[in-house]
Amino acid sequence: MRHEPFETIVARHGPTVLRVCRAVVGPAAAEDAWSETFLAALRAYPGLPPGSNVEAWLVTIAHRKAIDQARAAARRAVPAGDLPDRPARDGLPGAGDAASDLRAALAKLPLKQRESVAYHYLADLPYAEVAAILGGTPEAARRAAADGIAALRRSYLHHDEEGKAS
Amino acid sequence: MMSANDTPGAAELLAALTGEAPAGDEETSRRLHARLVAAAAQAGILDVTYRTVETPVGPLLLAATAEGLVRVAYAVEDHDAVLGQLAARISPRVLADPARLETAARELDEYFTGRRTGFDLPLDLRLSTGFRRLVLAALPGIAYGSTASYAAMAAAAGSPRAVRAAGTACATNPLPVVLPCHRVIKSDGTLGRYAGGEAAKQALLTLEGAA
Repeated sequence: MRHEPFETIVARHGPTVLRVCRAVVGPAAAEDAWSETFLAALRAYPGLPPGSNVEAWLVTIAHRKAIDQARAAARRAVPAGDLPDRPARDGLPGAGDAASDLRAALAKLPLKQRESVAYHYLADLPYAEVAAILGGTPEAARRAAADGIAALRRSYLHHDEEGKAS
Repeated sequence: MMSANDTPGAAELLAALTGEAPAGDEETSRRLHARLVAAAAQAGILDVTYRTVETPVGPLLLAATAEGLVRVAYAVEDHDAVLGQLAARISPRVLADPARLETAARELDEYFTGRRTGFDLPLDLRLSTGFRRLVLAALPGIAYGSTASYAAMAAAAGSPRAVRAAGTACATNPLPVVLPCHRVIKSDGTLGRYAGGEAAKQALLTLEGAA
């Protein structure tokens, strides 16, 4: 069993990993996260065991890179007391088209739910894989994803009907 | 892709979540790819780069390592298969990068338009070893527009009796066109084997005014 050229990996999985990055770290930081993920993947690629689930491997790297980014951002930030889980506003146009409203709703989710939704629904990983990446049980990952989708449905689909997000 | 549609309402949400403008995404993909290539090169982990060029003998795949041009492949060799071989034999860290092969592409264009008779490119001969490599090293000694026999190449490589092995070395030349194995023909004047096929060999010799 030998490795495919890395170009094939980029072409096959690049778009999905970018969607996952957009969902987890927000549109503004997504390209940095994607670039760091694929550079780290290229470095490690020759040692990837044959038969590995490449998408799960890439999402795992992206997950670690997102944690690194968050830590670096926290180190740079001025301590400001206890902040609530605030939505990321970057890259969001003020007046809501449906997609930007959804991104706003996604950004409001607790991190664990956002990650669970992205890894399961965007990267199409089974809950066992999601749990392996996030820690915890597959059942907890399933619950977090279900809670996340339910919250998105409330704020997004509700908005759709009422014309204004709560 | 979305098999995991086990929550009511998820389908609509996901359609919105994943719905990106295809044109914008294509541009984004190009930008991200260029950024990856640049970062990989800077980190010293860009082991093989490649591009294709259009020529009168069909599209040619060009692949290079940090040392130089390592492979030129005809379409009949199946470019995807060749890239797979490079991944297996050199490194799976293979990325497309037209910019890095600009000089090779330009020299080939000059050759095919009759403005160049020899190549001035760093070469990486690692795909060829032993006697075959000696034969390849002797190929640039055959002048543009002339031909040599397989027997002459065997002698030039230091083993006059190894005529058949010299033929194999030419037929498995990893750098056709650039290392002119097309100038090696049979003693009876027929063309002999060529990785790009007999028509391509004839086309190159005709271009050079040799036959």
